[in-house]
Amino acid sequence: MSAVTLDHITKTYDEGKVLAVDDITLQVEEGELFGLIGPDGAGKTSLFRVLTTLLLPDKGSATVRGYDCVKDYKEIRKRIGYMPGKFSLYQDLTVKENLDFFATLFGSTIEGNYELIKDIYEQIKPFNDRRAGKLSGGMKQKLALCCALIHKPEVLFLDEPTTGVDVVSRKEFWEMLKRLKQQGITIIVSTPYMDEAMLCERIALIQNGKIMSVDTPANIMAAFPVKLYAMKADNIYKLLTALRGMPEIDSSFAFGEYIHITLKDDNIEALRQKVEQQGHTHVDIKLIHPGIEDSFIRLMNQA
Amino acid sequence: MRVLRYLLKKEFRQIFRDKIILAMMFAMPTIQLIIFPLAMNFDVKSVNIAVVDNDHSSYSQQLVAKIGASGYFKIVAAEPSFQSAIRYIETEKADVLLEIPPNFESHLIREGKQRIGVSVDAINGTKAAIGGNYLLMVIADFNKDIPVNMGRNMAAPAGMIDIAYSNWFNPLAEYRFYVVPAILVLLLTLIGGSMSALNIVREKEVGTIEQINVTPIQKWEFILGKLIPFWVVGMIVFTIGLLVAWGVYGIWPVGSFVTLYVFAAVYMVALLGFGLLISTYTSNQLQAMFVAFFFVMIFMLMSGLFTSVDSMPPWAKLIANLTPVTHFIRVIRMIVLKGSGFADVYMELLYLGLFAIVLNGWAIFNYRKTS
Repeated sequence: MSAVTLDHITKTYDEGKVLAVDDITLQVEEGELFGLIGPDGAGKTSLFRVLTTLLLPDKGSATVRGYDCVKDYKEIRKRIGYMPGKFSLYQDLTVKENLDFFATLFGSTIEGNYELIKDIYEQIKPFNDRRAGKLSGGMKQKLALCCALIHKPEVLFLDEPTTGVDVVSRKEFWEMLKRLKQQGITIIVSTPYMDEAMLCERIALIQNGKIMSVDTPANIMAAFPVKLYAMKADNIYKLLTALRGMPEIDSSFAFGEYIHITLKDDNIEALRQKVEQQGHTHVDIKLIHPGIEDSFIRLMNQA
Repeated sequence: MRVLRYLLKKEFRQIFRDKIILAMMFAMPTIQLIIFPLAMNFDVKSVNIAVVDNDHSSYSQQLVAKIGASGYFKIVAAEPSFQSAIRYIETEKADVLLEIPPNFESHLIREGKQRIGVSVDAINGTKAAIGGNYLLMVIADFNKDIPVNMGRNMAAPAGMIDIAYSNWFNPLAEYRFYVVPAILVLLLTLIGGSMSALNIVREKEVGTIEQINVTPIQKWEFILGKLIPFWVVGMIVFTIGLLVAWGVYGIWPVGSFVTLYVFAAVYMVALLGFGLLISTYTSNQLQAMFVAFFFVMIFMLMSGLFTSVDSMPPWAKLIANLTPVTHFIRVIRMIVLKGSGFADVYMELLYLGLFAIVLNGWAIFNYRKTS
C-alpha cells in the first residue's frame, strides 16, 4: 500500500482564476523520503494543504495511509505530522509549553514518545523556559519538528523546512530526517533548493502546478537527453550575451563561474572557434555530467 | 475533557502573560467607569446670558435681577443694542440672549402684555434647550409676581394648578444614576465583543490555527477553549464594575445579585458569540478590530446609553431592539435602580438567550476547519 496517493488532484483559487495544482497524480511509498522540488509558487504548499486536510481539492481524490483526505479527515489528523513553511507555534508560550500543548492535543505526553524526539529535543532542552518567539531560526525549526513528531505520526509533512535556515542547520536537519526515516516514518518534504533534492530517495519536480518528472534524483539526472558542456572565458557576461544570440545554441545558463550550454547539433569545436573569433579570451570548454538543477531547468523550458 | 482543560490552561497563560492586554482588560474598565460618568453630565448649571435692556425701567431691572439670582444664569454682558449683543452669541461667549424692548414697563402696565425677545445658540442643543426653558420658567415666575397681575389676581383669582414633583428610583434626578449602569454594560461589551474576536483572529494571523487544525481536536473543544476564558474575564470585569459603581458613586443594586449575574452570564455568552462571528469573517486583527469597532459604535449609539430608546423613530427603535446591548442596558437599569425582580424582566432574558443562540450558532456554522 502506498503511504500517500494523489489521483488527478486539481485546486484553484479565486473561483478558478488561479490554478495552483493542475491535475496531479502521484504515489509515495511507505517509509520513503520523498521530495517535492519546485520554485516558489509552484503549488507545493497547496498540495501539502490538501494532504493535511486543510484544503478541499476542486477535483480528484487523495489518500493518506489509505484514508480519504475529504471523508476520513479525522483519521488522517491522528496519523500525520505537519510542519508548515511559516513558523506557526505560540510565540508567547515557552518551548516546553508548546510541546506539552501539542502532545496533549494528540492525547499524548512528551514522555510518551520521547525516544522519537530525543535527538532533536536534547538540542533545544536548555531553552525549555524560553518563549518560542525568542528562539533563533534554527531552534524554532527544531521545536516545530518536535511538535510535529510528538504524537509519533505515520506520515510527516514538512513544507519548506529549511527556508531561511543557515547552511549548518540545514545539514543537521537533513541528518535528522534520515534518522526519522529509519524509524519507519514516511516523510514528504518540499524545498526550493536543488542540492536538497539529492538527499531525497525520490523527487517530483513541480512547476506551475504540474509535475514534470517523478523519479530518483540519479535517474532524473541520467535521463538528461543531450550532452552538457560547461564553458568559461575572461568576460563571462559578454560570453553569455554572445551565446544567447547564436542559433546553434539550444540553452545557456550561468552556473557560478561557468556557463552550462547544450547544443542543437553537438558540434562543440565549431562553437569554440566561433567564440574565439569573436574575441573572447581564455575560452575553456568541458563536457560535464548534468546536475539536478540542469535537469530541472531543461524540463522547465520544455514545459 | 483533558484536551479542553489544557486549552483553557494555555489560554489563561497567554492572557496573563501579555501585560498590556491584561492591563487593558482590567484597568481600562475601572478607569473609564470612574472618569466617564463624572465627565458626562447633562445637568446644565451655568448658562451664559447676554442682556439688552432697551427700557431701563424698574420692571426691566427687576426681571434682570431675578434672572441673575436664579442660580442657573451668569450674566456675561449688558449691551445697548441687539447687534452688539448677538456678537456674544457668535463668539460663543453667551448661550442665550434676552432682549427687553423699549417701553417694556409702560406697555406691560397699560396694555397688560408685552413681548420680549429670547435668542438661543442652538449649536449645543442640550444646553440651548435647557437654558431656554429655564429662562422661560424664570420669566413666567416673574410674570406671576409683577404687581399688575397681582392686582388682577386679587380681583378675579385665576385657577392655578400647582405641580408637586417627585423623581422615582432616582430621587435627585442625577445623571450618574442613569449612566453608570449603562457604562458598565458598554465596558463589558468592549471586552467581550472585541477581545474574543481579536484573540481568535490572532491565531489565524500567526498561523497557529493551521497547526491546531491538523490535530484531532474537536470543533467544540476549540471554541469552548476560546469562549470560557473570556467569559470568566467578563464576569470579573462586571464584578469590578459593580464595586466601582458602589465605591465611587454609591450605587448599590436595589434588586437581587442573582438576577443581575444571571443576566450578565447570558449576555456574555451572546457577546462572545458575536466576537466569534466576527473572527470567522475576518482574516487579520486589523480587520477584526475595525469590524468590532463599527458594531460596538452602533450598539453604543443605539442602545439607549445616551438617549432614550423610547423617543427614537420606529425604525431606529427596531434596530435598537435588534442589538443585545439595548436589552441588557434596560435590564441592568431596572435591576440596579428600580429593584425589578426576575418576574419583571424575564422577557429580556429570553431576548438575550435568543441572541446568544443565534450569534453562537451562526458563528459555529461559519467556522469551518477545512476550506
